Amino acid sequence: MSRLTDANVVIAKEIIARYPRAKSALIPLLHLSQEQNGYITREAMVQLGELVGVTSAEVYGTATFYEMFRFEPVGKYLINMCGTMSCALMGAGELMHHAEHKLGVKAGGTTDDGMFTLAHAECQAACTEAPTLQVNYRYRFRVTPADFDSLIDDLRAGKLADEIPQHGVLAKVRQRIPADKGVGAVAPEDVTEGPAWLDGKPAL
Amino acid sequence: MSSYPHAPGFVAGDRPKVVTSRFEYTDSFTIDRYLATDGYTAIRKALSKPAAEVHDEVKGATVLGRGGAGFPAGTKWGLTPQNVWPRYLVVNGDESEPGTYKDRLLMERDPHQLIEGCLIACYAAGLSQCFLYIRGEMALAQERVATALNEAYAAGYVGKNVLGSKFSVDIVLHWGAGAYVVGEETALIESLEGNRGMPRLKPPFFPAANGLYGQPTIVNNVETLANLPWLINNGVEAYTAIGTKTSPGTRMVAVSGHVKRPGVYEIINGITTFRDLLYGEEFCGGIRNGNSLKAFVPGGGSAPWFTPDQLDLPFEASQVGPAGSMLGSGAIMVMDETTDIPAAALTLTHFYAHESCGKCTPCREGGTWLERILTRVVNGTGTDADLQQLIEVGTSICPGDFPHASNEALGLAAVPFPYKMTTICFVGPSAYAPIHSALTLFRSEFEARVTKRITIPVTAVGVAQ
Ligand SMILES: Cc1cc2nc3c(=O)[nH]c(=O)nc-3n(C[C@H](O)[C@H](O)[C@H](O)COP(=O)(O)O)c2cc1C
Ligand code: SF4
Ligand code: FES
Repeated sequence: MSRLTDANVVIAKEIIARYPRAKSALIPLLHLSQEQNGYITREAMVQLGELVGVTSAEVYGTATFYEMFRFEPVGKYLINMCGTMSCALMGAGELMHHAEHKLGVKAGGTTDDGMFTLAHAECQAACTEAPTLQVNYRYRFRVTPADFDSLIDDLRAGKLADEIPQHGVLAKVRQRIPADKGVGAVAPEDVTEGPAWLDGKPAL
Repeated sequence: MSSYPHAPGFVAGDRPKVVTSRFEYTDSFTIDRYLATDGYTAIRKALSKPAAEVHDEVKGATVLGRGGAGFPAGTKWGLTPQNVWPRYLVVNGDESEPGTYKDRLLMERDPHQLIEGCLIACYAAGLSQCFLYIRGEMALAQERVATALNEAYAAGYVGKNVLGSKFSVDIVLHWGAGAYVVGEETALIESLEGNRGMPRLKPPFFPAANGLYGQPTIVNNVETLANLPWLINNGVEAYTAIGTKTSPGTRMVAVSGHVKRPGVYEIINGITTFRDLLYGEEFCGGIRNGNSLKAFVPGGGSAPWFTPDQLDLPFEASQVGPAGSMLGSGAIMVMDETTDIPAAALTLTHFYAHESCGKCTPCREGGTWLERILTRVVNGTGTDADLQQLIEVGTSICPGDFPHASNEALGLAAVPFPYKMTTICFVGPSAYAPIHSALTLFRSEFEARVTKRITIPVTAVGVAQ
């Protein structure tokens, strides 16, 4: 189960083919794996290593550098509360306090029912809309304590299922490069001449 | 609470709109809207000229990099070594500098404009593959750009023989997984190679000469590239008619914190002043609740702070640098009179200490020390010696005088930007920047927090000299 499904292996190979070197696909593939399983497992890292031609230790080395990758299950909804300066100036500290109280867990913890993991997060590039949070990387802006409560109630009631997918799913749309439209990736050592359009003439 | 930005900045005022022209439409991200508003006309125009001519236009317009360093894009493209192929374009959409919010908007609201900008850059600089690196946490931006790329490929704007010409380029959507330091261009390249995103030493790893897979690589910010379609459509003269000679065009600025109307505004480079922006009715409309302004961070979390004394400075690097700070990534964080200055500084120091990649000792250890000591001070358990120790640790990251603003009331003269540093990248110095500014400009607030007054000479408590 924690290896990629056959359908996802097809997607993985499509992603790998876009890069001049296979290892470049590693982060997108780790996301694909996390999308499938909710977190990154050992077996997944072994398989990804095979797919891109590196050891599982190298996969682990890369994966552990990045905060979004989780190596243990998290709640269905990961709630990342921004606490960096702009949000702190606009009440992020109080909001976090409220969130801990509402969910009955400290930051970093997961509720007993496995629904929510509450986490400290850093600047989410939405500073003008402070304080902000993300639920599975979907934004909520200018959040008041009352807003937080209704968000949790809505999530519990399944009302936001369309908008907010399970943890691990990022973009719901994938890039697809049709075979007849793409140029295709070439390893740098196989490129021997400059681009055709640099001949001093207009390209069109 | 809402799930879409209020961002009043888009609608206020009758200013030139170079990159936000479509933001008034609710369907601004669709290919239909893009095509109905001059979309993909610039690439057609560019392809009807030799690549070198397009490159000359970008050089002539002095399109300053909007990612932080402000280096002109056209000049950067010219730094690649002759006859080394292939060359790549890496688009920096990792936006995560505290306070910064503009690239995400450009990707979510006008992804085709960015794609067209990438096409123009690749054509002009002879770059044969483009990687568009979007910050991992930005699910909507990834979705919008993926959709736009799929549309653009289907319509023949991207890929093999663009518009039927001899220009061919793939644009590959790539996304990160949460690490601030990856925004630094050499770390971005490491990450794109599938590695831990740690910065490389420059020299020898200047990306233009030795970047992705060791090949010449241009790294440009999202906003920088988003400027190109307008520039090519309207010409160098129209572009340089906006702003000043050294800072032409517009730039996007996010103003957050204690203003009446926080938002993302497209302002005029070199001309709009901080006072216009913070107090102008077409911008933020003043400080909230009629409070007074205490301090502001002018260029992202890494920038030394300004106070009301600097309000009349324009968005012009040649003036802001000598005044002791930088414009950085166009992010202004505003603190009113109610702000607890040491606590505010701690949020930033915590950020940079947390985001250290660990490669250099002064940043890895120094950042953590700074955070721990400042936490003690903020909690009221610090000592006199702690304040001195903060400066000692900071000085081990940035030897010599650290830049700061002038202050009339305190009788301080400005120390100009930049600083010296003992680290590979700017994360280390950035952990110290807020502390240095806060201690220099608001020392009494720290002294009031310090409970125990002991004055052990700092060398005696083991701080490296
Ligand atoms: C620690 C650090 C973080 C950075 N983060 C970003 C970022 O998120 N986005 C960005 O465009 N540039 C960032 N930069 C600047 C890049 O290194 C690079 O200068 C920029 O992407 C070049 O694009 P430009 O010339 O178009 O501005 C960062 C630099 C440092 C030192
Ligand atoms: S300064 Fe900090 S973040 Fe930058 S390379 Fe050194 S250790 Fe890494
Ligand atoms: S500080 Fe919270 S989004 Fe930037």
